[in-house]
Amino acid sequence: MKANPNNVLTGVHYLDGNHAAAEGAIAAGCKFFAGYPITPSTEIAERFARRIPFLGGVFIQMEDELASMNAILGASWGGAKSMTCTSGPGFSLMMENFGLGMMLETPCVLVNVQRGGPSTGLPTLPGQADMMQARWGSHGDYEVIALAPDSPQESFDLVIHAFNLSEKYRMPILVMTDECVGHMTEKVVIPPSDEIDIIERRFTKKPPGEAWPYEQNGNDISPMLPVGKGYKFHVTGLTHDYRGYPIINAQAQDWNVRRLVDKVKKRSDEIIWLEETDVEGADVVVMSYGISSRVVRPAIAKAKKEGLKIGLIKMITVWPFPEKRVRELASKVKSLIMVELNLGQVYYEMERCAGGKCRSYLCGHAGGTVHNPADIYKTIKEAAR
Amino acid sequence: MSTKVAPPEIKEHPMENLLRMDRMPHIWCSTCGLGTTVTALAAALEQLKLDLNKVAIVSGIGCTGRVAGYLKLDSFHTTHGRALPFAAGLSIARPDMKVVVFSGDGDLVSIGGNHFIHSARRNLDITVICVNNFIYAMTGGQVAPTTPISAQTATSPHGCYEHPFNLPLLAASSGAVYVARWTALHIRRLTTSIKEALTKKGFSFVEVIAPCSTLYARLNKLGDGLSLMRFYHDNSVIKHGADPREADIEFQSKIMVGKFIDIEKPTFIEKMNDGLQKRYGDKYKPYGGVDGSN
Repeated sequence: MKANPNNVLTGVHYLDGNHAAAEGAIAAGCKFFAGYPITPSTEIAERFARRIPFLGGVFIQMEDELASMNAILGASWGGAKSMTCTSGPGFSLMMENFGLGMMLETPCVLVNVQRGGPSTGLPTLPGQADMMQARWGSHGDYEVIALAPDSPQESFDLVIHAFNLSEKYRMPILVMTDECVGHMTEKVVIPPSDEIDIIERRFTKKPPGEAWPYEQNGNDISPMLPVGKGYKFHVTGLTHDYRGYPIINAQAQDWNVRRLVDKVKKRSDEIIWLEETDVEGADVVVMSYGISSRVVRPAIAKAKKEGLKIGLIKMITVWPFPEKRVRELASKVKSLIMVELNLGQVYYEMERCAGGKCRSYLCGHAGGTVHNPADIYKTIKEAAR
Repeated sequence: MSTKVAPPEIKEHPMENLLRMDRMPHIWCSTCGLGTTVTALAAALEQLKLDLNKVAIVSGIGCTGRVAGYLKLDSFHTTHGRALPFAAGLSIARPDMKVVVFSGDGDLVSIGGNHFIHSARRNLDITVICVNNFIYAMTGGQVAPTTPISAQTATSPHGCYEHPFNLPLLAASSGAVYVARWTALHIRRLTTSIKEALTKKGFSFVEVIAPCSTLYARLNKLGDGLSLMRFYHDNSVIKHGADPREADIEFQSKIMVGKFIDIEKPTFIEKMNDGLQKRYGDKYKPYGGVDGSN
């Protein structure tokens, strides 16, 4: 399906990443936004609040982030595409009910405009240190999909992609941007609505009495059941069976949780989205995501000018991690480098998948500003030895 | 030698149209007040002849949190304390649905306390039925924000010494448009109040004083559940229209019951539509819900 033209501000704009993310949500058909003010994410909520009353939707500022995450789950079950945004401390509060969203298999989108942490940290400055929290932040086993835009344009594009993934796989999707992307203003091209592909919600075709919330039994993603249509279905955050009924034993747990994990793991080839530059034949491959994947470019260009063979993998999806690709590369290259605005998070996944077959380097940074390309260049030189 | 005895004739359960019979028996203890409260809701729904396809129930965690699992309605069993914000999203997205939150006292006003006052303040179109048994029952009988002073619980082994919440006062002062309290034995009056709450536009609140037979009654040596339920009923004083400030509950004291608040106030959606229409006139099309179900 194509986007509704009423929702799409087709044209060339000069927008920051947060405003672009809000436009992406609106273009994707998001009709319900619940949020709580927190720097540096608030502009997403502000733009949505300004625009949505004229597009048949609702913005509500909730009492806290716990409530915001829950409200978007309730609205999603009500049939509305829904979203929230936050940053560090709010992300921590949302984790409880991000898990509920996973357990109920509820489509929705959560944008985290990352700042420096832990705790209150650096409210106005960038970081990428919530990446492992994105992966493991709620208790229990589940797999996430996390996207990392590097620009206002990608903020627009990837929020639409996030909504599509959330409907396709029936789960909350994370967009892990950062203060730098959120507040940098650049050209954003919003295409005509008929060039924007939208995945609409899939509802059961079975009549009430024959449909269950998780009836596909793990073979496929189950279609949603609509409220108000006589299905009188039940869903619970407790471990449950295909009917949505709580079942408290190890067997049910295995069925329930393995399904949540497998639905991403077994589809990781179709989910993972990498942009590779000069990776074939490279001696050193730099991996990075979000804002850092832009900062690496001058360092790579400088090293290349010196005749070094350097490849770049820009990870548009950080989770699920591209395990297969890193394993392949590890036996071909001298070194892999992870460049990220933290002191080692996604790096450990890269190192694990490299399995000692090549050298692994972390070019980390505690956050507060982006990397100095000179530091990345230094790591590249070291890695190329 | 054994003799074969014919099994008793199985009659249809009178609430079969509203209960998930495939989930019976329920987990609640006998003489817990939840049974009569759920029965009162069932009776209210039946008497109002509401379209049951358009009624949703949301609950959090705890004994009362299990209500959503037993009612044959669109039903959501969410996380501890968060039934209200989940219900907020559902009811705003779907104003055509009657959204009922069934919650225990700990769930609603301890971990969910912030959500409770803000849901009432916004006058969300939600009916809240709170079963108050003065204790955390599911987790084994710990002190609650409603536990009366001196009552014994597993985490107030020397008697509770914290001031408890007065729930009608909390609801009323936060902005609820309908506030009533009954005990679990006031079946007819409770049913009437639930009917009124369900037909009221906005945030309606019904508190039900119920015995926890297994924990509160036992720890405080108050007899069995049924005698405690009867005690609450017999020691209640009906005072319709009374000031909720007088509705404090002390340990085994008189309990003021009745309908305390019944006022008219625009709901969240009505206020939103009103505010935007005043400012933008015809440019704003009043919001009537997002029915994404077809």
